[in-house]
Amino acid sequence: MNSRIAHVAFNTFREAVRDRVLYNLIAFALLLSGAAILVGQISIDIERLVVVNLGLTAVTLFGVVIAIFIGIGLVSKEIEKRTLYTMLSRPVRRWEFVVGKFFGLTGTLVVNTFFMAIGVFLALLYVAHRFEHADLGILTALYFIVLQFLIVCSLALLFSSFSSPMLAAVFSFALFVIGSLSEDLRGFAGVVKGIGGWIATAVAYLVPNFSALNVINQVAHGEAVATRLIVYNTLYALLYSAMAISGAVLIFQRRNLK
Amino acid sequence: MALPGIVELLHAIDHLRRDAAYQDILYIRSPQALKRMSLGYTGLFADLYWTRAVQYFGYQHHQHSKDFSLLAPLLHLATQLDPKLLPAYQFGNNFLAPRPPNGAGQPEEAIALAQYGIRNNPDSWQLYYGLGFIYYTEMKDYSKAAEAFASGGRVPGAHPFLRILAARMAQHAGEFETARMLWTTTYQTSQDQNIQLNAVDHLRALRVDEDVTQLEKLVSIYREHVGRTPGNMTDLARAGLIGSSPVDPTGQPYKITSDGRVEVHDPDSILYITKGTPPNYQPPQPKADKQK
Repeated sequence: MNSRIAHVAFNTFREAVRDRVLYNLIAFALLLSGAAILVGQISIDIERLVVVNLGLTAVTLFGVVIAIFIGIGLVSKEIEKRTLYTMLSRPVRRWEFVVGKFFGLTGTLVVNTFFMAIGVFLALLYVAHRFEHADLGILTALYFIVLQFLIVCSLALLFSSFSSPMLAAVFSFALFVIGSLSEDLRGFAGVVKGIGGWIATAVAYLVPNFSALNVINQVAHGEAVATRLIVYNTLYALLYSAMAISGAVLIFQRRNLK
Repeated sequence: MALPGIVELLHAIDHLRRDAAYQDILYIRSPQALKRMSLGYTGLFADLYWTRAVQYFGYQHHQHSKDFSLLAPLLHLATQLDPKLLPAYQFGNNFLAPRPPNGAGQPEEAIALAQYGIRNNPDSWQLYYGLGFIYYTEMKDYSKAAEAFASGGRVPGAHPFLRILAARMAQHAGEFETARMLWTTTYQTSQDQNIQLNAVDHLRALRVDEDVTQLEKLVSIYREHVGRTPGNMTDLARAGLIGSSPVDPTGQPYKITSDGRVEVHDPDSILYITKGTPPNYQPPQPKADKQK
């Protein structure tokens, strides 16, 4: 990574911290500790399952919301504040600005996820009193969640490069929902005949496949995740986010900022 | 000022609509619809539905209600959302199967749930044990119980009692001994304190049932030989039929009634007994939740 991208990324991270984005950790901690204590009182024998299921689902949803709401404002805020012009008048190329913003946002989410992961493991220790070998699977699920963030951040940046923040948020969130149902969509495409089937197949492959990146239930039951799936998901997320970022860069390069 | 007013008003509204406030409704009954609504986070939704099933059963049980119409659908949703949610099968079966007041009295639903659980978790011997338990205790279907215990016994790591239970079912062996073995297995294999306490209660009740059966036989023998009903246990001891005065699990001596029945001193102190109680005796409600 060149120093200009690193500089933009670091500033993006610093700005997110200054905007009190990490305050969501307090809500997360309260949610998880509350659930860990409450579930033991109102349910039977699922304390560990709830900590893993609720913890990892909350990590995902908190992260996706942050990725969308910060991602959509990364470009527009710089234009509004006119800081973009100062930055671009220095030897920072447009593509470096977009890529730097992407790394800054994903860096913020990785830090956020790291602290949330600590919370999940502490809650797990509280309910189970000890760690098991199967708990290592939670790290795989967290890694897949970070891969989801890469895709969501890149999509938020892509949409914000050509539309208003509100529309970019709607598009990003809609793609997250559709992507989470992508396996259903592929199943639907398989049963539809004719041109409708072609369109459904095209859409099914175009939307991000978040289903494959969700192994929360699997790791909650202590089941191992195949190494091949980890490799394929990594390549898929990197390729998909690179594609979306490239799109964002292309649009931003051509955009008239005057 | 406004907040206390709002709280008071809500209390007043709840009071007026008491029935509506506690009315349990299951709006979505389709697992497929719920799977899609959960966006793939089915594990969390399954946990919520299982918790709801526990709460529903506990509430209905506490209210001494005989209506458990939502229990099976709630368990169905929880297990369809997460077919590996073992507690929902293990505990759910025991909410569904026993006759009221201990359960919902729906053994067929419990069997369907256990079979679905086994299809999705064939390596869990506890599910075979649960299925055999229902066939034995609720359906009195010894051949199916034997089949379930035998299948469970073949699962690697299964409790060795399963093979013995399968053999006993096949032989239709002494019911007390088999029931004692079932509850002992339940006690030994459960991690849950409530289930263990419940198993202890059942074992105590079995002891009483067995004692009363045996003592009533001795009372009959005494009557045949002496020509009258014994007045107390001392009469049986004097006739050489018993050694000393037998006591129930609470330490109280058994008593003989004028018509020759044997009763425990305080039937309310021993849950689940089926013998040794006065005529038309109504047992007290067991604790509301976490029944095995």
